[in-house]
Amino acid sequence: MSQTNNPLKELINEGMWKNNPALVQLLGLCPLLAVTSTITNALGLGLATLLVLVGSNVTISAVRNWVPKDIRIPVFVMIIAAFVTIIQLLMNAYTFGLYQSLGIFIPLIVTNCAIIGRAEAYASKNPVHLSAFDGLMMGLGFMVVLVVLGAMRELIGQGTLFDGADLLLGPWASVLRIEIFSFDNQFLLAILPPGAFLGLGLLIAAKNVIDAQIKSKQVAPPEPEKGPRARVTSLT
Amino acid sequence: MKLTMASSPHSHSHKSLSRLMLTVILACIPGLIAQLYFFGTGVLIQLILALVTVSVCEAIIMRIRKRAIWPALSDGSAWLTGVLLALSIPPLAPWWVIVIGCFFAIVIVKQLYGGLGFNLFNPAMAAYVLLLISFPVQMTSWLPVNELLGKSIDLSQQLALIFNGFTSSGFSLDQMRVGVDGVTMATPLDTIKTDVAHGLTVSESMQNPLFNQWTGLGWGWVNLGFLVGGLYLIKAKIINWHIPVGIIAMLSVCSAIGYIASPGTEPGVVFHLFSGATMMGAFFIATDPVSAATTNRGRLIYGAFIGLLVYLIRTFGGFPDAMAFAVLLLNMAVPLIDYYTQPRTYGHGVNK
Repeated sequence: MSQTNNPLKELINEGMWKNNPALVQLLGLCPLLAVTSTITNALGLGLATLLVLVGSNVTISAVRNWVPKDIRIPVFVMIIAAFVTIIQLLMNAYTFGLYQSLGIFIPLIVTNCAIIGRAEAYASKNPVHLSAFDGLMMGLGFMVVLVVLGAMRELIGQGTLFDGADLLLGPWASVLRIEIFSFDNQFLLAILPPGAFLGLGLLIAAKNVIDAQIKSKQVAPPEPEKGPRARVTSLT
Repeated sequence: MKLTMASSPHSHSHKSLSRLMLTVILACIPGLIAQLYFFGTGVLIQLILALVTVSVCEAIIMRIRKRAIWPALSDGSAWLTGVLLALSIPPLAPWWVIVIGCFFAIVIVKQLYGGLGFNLFNPAMAAYVLLLISFPVQMTSWLPVNELLGKSIDLSQQLALIFNGFTSSGFSLDQMRVGVDGVTMATPLDTIKTDVAHGLTVSESMQNPLFNQWTGLGWGWVNLGFLVGGLYLIKAKIINWHIPVGIIAMLSVCSAIGYIASPGTEPGVVFHLFSGATMMGAFFIATDPVSAATTNRGRLIYGAFIGLLVYLIRTFGGFPDAMAFAVLLLNMAVPLIDYYTQPRTYGHGVNK
């Protein structure tokens, strides 16, 4: 789209919108669909993924010139696993409630394709500071989608927002809990996995609609006059 | 575009789409009357709610898609979806159940996929499954048939139950479901399943006043009503015979084998055929021309697998009835079935 000469701006655009890991690359769907039943869970997992992504991108970018090409994937996975272990132990220590409610999905961050994907596609080819920024933006893009999906599902499923935020942010955060409306019955579908698939589908559809509208608003630049092409094989 | 006359043969069906859909709706009437007789006028209230909701949803979506509203609405497909859904849910379910279901069927299952003719899944059944897994309590609260009811419920009481959740004298639906002898009544399929799980034999379970000699009280007549309507549809050439025959034959074979193998825990062929949604599913739901298989051989296979799944889920699964699940699962298999059952073009592809 916009070929800016500023790589940082380009990275922001890539991570948050144009190449968003959740909405466009559709990577890391397993945690995306499994833990987004509330905002708190989504935010917790989003933060964990963000930290792992930044850490692994920086480390991989730093060692990229010493890793032989043939064994790069095992090396990347080991680095990612190390960061996931750090995050897991930290969450176990400081946010135990959330650690329990996320359960297996914290160690499963290792298998999140978005992380190994960025390591392979970006960090192993670019300098450290750009890789760090790329990790931050990709992680943020992933986290925003997680949180929006979590908000949708929590709102439709139980009519609340930020339920259980104190598990993540400490005791003061229990005041964040907002009850928008209350039902006698939960709308179970929104909380069950099918609700996550439906919600993600609607989000992707919304993104495509916005993209189409932006495209239709842009005035197409006048086509440069082309001379008659003599041969099809020699593309100019 | 230049319109050229192709070579013969030309055949023209004089059935318009709206005529077709309205005939199917009319063919529901025998089943509807049976439901009205045994389960009270709540069915009519649900029917009106459903028709209003599907019309509003369809109109709004057509408006958003910048299409003409009346042609889409008057083809009757949305109304048929509403009617089928209203006939499948418990007559005294709260009003928001049917409203959510109709919204989901029309907006998500039908229109988001491109409208009539493009939906992968049967809208009414997808909505039914949505409701069943979201609101299991409301969706299984069938009243026992009228003659077993401890307290009679008139129209105003039914309205109060549907819109408020309580009758004017303060009874909830759960209290109304308690039968003459003070025992909560479930549907016949559910009762058999629970009793067998508790170690009773089927003939012991059938002593329950819910049953007559063969099948559930009232339910047999409802199924018979849909059977009559379905036979009319076949005679009027609205639907082909392949799908219903496939379903009924397969279900009969499976339940006969089951009955022979284990007569104590298997209710037998007649019970399976005239319980729950068998007839309605076989003639009205599985035959949806958009989401069903399109070749004749494919239709037989499609129907047979639905019958098999209905039997398997009813007997071994977690839910008492299975028509909706079976139809949705086979909707997914339709492209595959169609691919492998392409009829041979005359003069081509002769077996060597």
